[in-house]
Amino acid sequence: MRNTKLVTLEEAIHRSGLRDGMTISFHHHFRGGDKVVNMVVAKLAEMGFKDLHLAASSLSDVHAPLIEHIKNGVITKISTSGLRGELANEISHGLMKEPVVFRSHGGRGSAIASGELHIDVAFLGASSCDELGNASGCPRSENAKSICGSLGYALPDARYADYVVVLTDDLVAYPNVPKSISACEVDSVVVVDSVGDSTKISSGAIRDSKNPRDILLAKLAAKVIINSGYFTDGFSIQTGTGGASLAAVKYIRESMLEKGIKASFALGGITAHMVKLHEEGLIEKLIDVQSFDKVAAESIAHDQLHQEVSAIEYASANYMGSAVHALDIVILSALEVDVNFNVNVLVGSDGIIRGAVGGHPDTAEDSALSIIVCPLLRGRIPCIVPKVTTLITPGKGVDVVVTEYGIAVNPGRPLVKQRLLDAGVQLTDINDLAAKARSIIGEPDPLPFGDQVVGIVMDRNGGVLDKIYNIVD
Amino acid sequence: MMFVPGNNPGMMADAHIYGPDSIMLDLEDSVTMAEKDAARLLVHNALKSIDFGDTEMVVRINPLSTPYGKKDVEAVVKAGVDVIRMPKTETADEVRELEAEIIKVETEIGCVGRTLIMAAIESALGVVNAYDIATASKRMMGIALGAEDYSANLKTQRTPGGAELLLARESIVVAARAAGIACFDTVYSNLDDMETFRKEIELIKTLGFDGKSIINPRQIEVVNEVFTPSQKDIDKALRIIAAIKDAQARGSGVVAVNGKMVDRPVVIRAERVIALAVASGILDKEEAL
Repeated sequence: MRNTKLVTLEEAIHRSGLRDGMTISFHHHFRGGDKVVNMVVAKLAEMGFKDLHLAASSLSDVHAPLIEHIKNGVITKISTSGLRGELANEISHGLMKEPVVFRSHGGRGSAIASGELHIDVAFLGASSCDELGNASGCPRSENAKSICGSLGYALPDARYADYVVVLTDDLVAYPNVPKSISACEVDSVVVVDSVGDSTKISSGAIRDSKNPRDILLAKLAAKVIINSGYFTDGFSIQTGTGGASLAAVKYIRESMLEKGIKASFALGGITAHMVKLHEEGLIEKLIDVQSFDKVAAESIAHDQLHQEVSAIEYASANYMGSAVHALDIVILSALEVDVNFNVNVLVGSDGIIRGAVGGHPDTAEDSALSIIVCPLLRGRIPCIVPKVTTLITPGKGVDVVVTEYGIAVNPGRPLVKQRLLDAGVQLTDINDLAAKARSIIGEPDPLPFGDQVVGIVMDRNGGVLDKIYNIVD
Repeated sequence: MMFVPGNNPGMMADAHIYGPDSIMLDLEDSVTMAEKDAARLLVHNALKSIDFGDTEMVVRINPLSTPYGKKDVEAVVKAGVDVIRMPKTETADEVRELEAEIIKVETEIGCVGRTLIMAAIESALGVVNAYDIATASKRMMGIALGAEDYSANLKTQRTPGGAELLLARESIVVAARAAGIACFDTVYSNLDDMETFRKEIELIKTLGFDGKSIINPRQIEVVNEVFTPSQKDIDKALRIIAAIKDAQARGSGVVAVNGKMVDRPVVIRAERVIALAVASGILDKEEAL
């Protein structure tokens, strides 16, 4: 087969027509093991590009090398869902002139589709790809180098970017099926040594948390779910990957077995826990925008009822077909929750960016029941506060807050509150939780924010929700 | 009763959220010599500043024969502790010595009679003297077995079946019952073996113990599961009590429930089941009346 798509990275960049000032995009399916962002931006720097807008679905600790590229003017603007580690720290201290734009996963999908976030060139890592560009997060050859499973966050980029480059460490014979990204959307294919370290997708193998606080939080969260009125045959659920979320799945499973209840689907980031319930027949289908560990990534490769969705299909606010609209129950975490049930998952209580918006606002708002599981205190940091440092998920979408010191229900959900009370679940007022935290910790000093805006948080519909200011040491 | 090291502020602050019936802050074996003073200060402040809710607060002090014991008594009595746990108790005189120390501090701050005593029996001599220890003071609220030191003293070791502890356990239950106070079993330290732990609780419940000492919040659920009466037991107990009240109202001396005669021990057992059910939160106090 004669194919002109298969080129070097440099050639792909030349062919893409990329110019200074344009927007490049990346996905974060390899999470902490991603190698594509650093590799591509280093090449762009070497080729002399300047003033680029980096629009990633998320960024993490591993992307600290971007600091140098920002200082050198290669990258002057960033759009992302999350930011962590040294890069986040530097940006919080005012590294960039232009504020970072934060969007939820659903919000990013919508913004790409509407053209609000226009991508000139997408650089998308894939665990297998053929010469024409049919790409997948699953490897196909025996000596595969990587696996990331779902490519859900890359799909809007593949569809809407002007030019799409797939980078792969497993070039396979045409046709690479089943595929996530179609050859029709791909302009260049680049073979590289490694697109990502799959072992860093998750923190490791599944094991049940032994942390007594996580177990307590999990039991309380499970109690809320089971008695919420939404725990009926055919319900749907999404959970995070924190210890308490995963432990809650264990207790929900016990109750499903006991009551003979099955779930119709589990949504979002899929973990080995969910795969296990699916294989046991307790969850009929898995709708996977991101495979959170190797077990999930392997499951999506062979299980017909474990399906990939794009970020748009997953969580867009303005596409009525998106899965979050059909979601019954979501368990979410938080850095801070305030007395109006507003949630912050992005900026630490020290004012430094250390998290990701993720699907938090999307799932909280659209699900029938959103439960935030969060300790009252993390060390000396209160997590239930009078006002969140940064607004990420507005309180109107948050239904129940579970802490180890008590459970609070949003006054906007009287029916849920009544069902829990009828079931004998003890409830408390969120103001009392905040007061309790203050009584233990005392009144924290105000954060030393400067007057430079370093981040803008967009809402799901493209409006500005909040601004993040620089922190002054 | 959950053991919490007295030198770990994070654990102390959190301990009550897991719902143990009592918390024992430890100044003795879990605190190294170098940290004795710091831990005492921490425990004093924890008692004074942390809201432990309704949880009964116990502090295990160092033996009075050490340089730390008396300072421990002063610090925790002043902080308003509910119960002082005296380690390695062997004689009634030791209890009286502790009581004298407590009275000294209580007199100074004007709250004589507030602080209760629990004695841990951890040696053969302690077991032999169990009844004397249990009755040594009006402040005695309970006696407890400390099995590690005890089995070492016996020149044996702990086994999963606990045969080596049988006499001590029975002696402690008998002494406590004779004295009209509570008795608590020793800790089980293998957190990864919940099955053996459960069997041990079933055994000590059968022997008559009121409760179990634990070292991790994860153990609370298992203890409660074993000690919480079943719904069947509660229903039966409620029927017995109702039958007794009914008989009393009718002036009848003999009562039968389900064809079986109900005598005094049956009533006492029924009352205990109901008390446990109320304590476990599965039976409403009103219902129990």
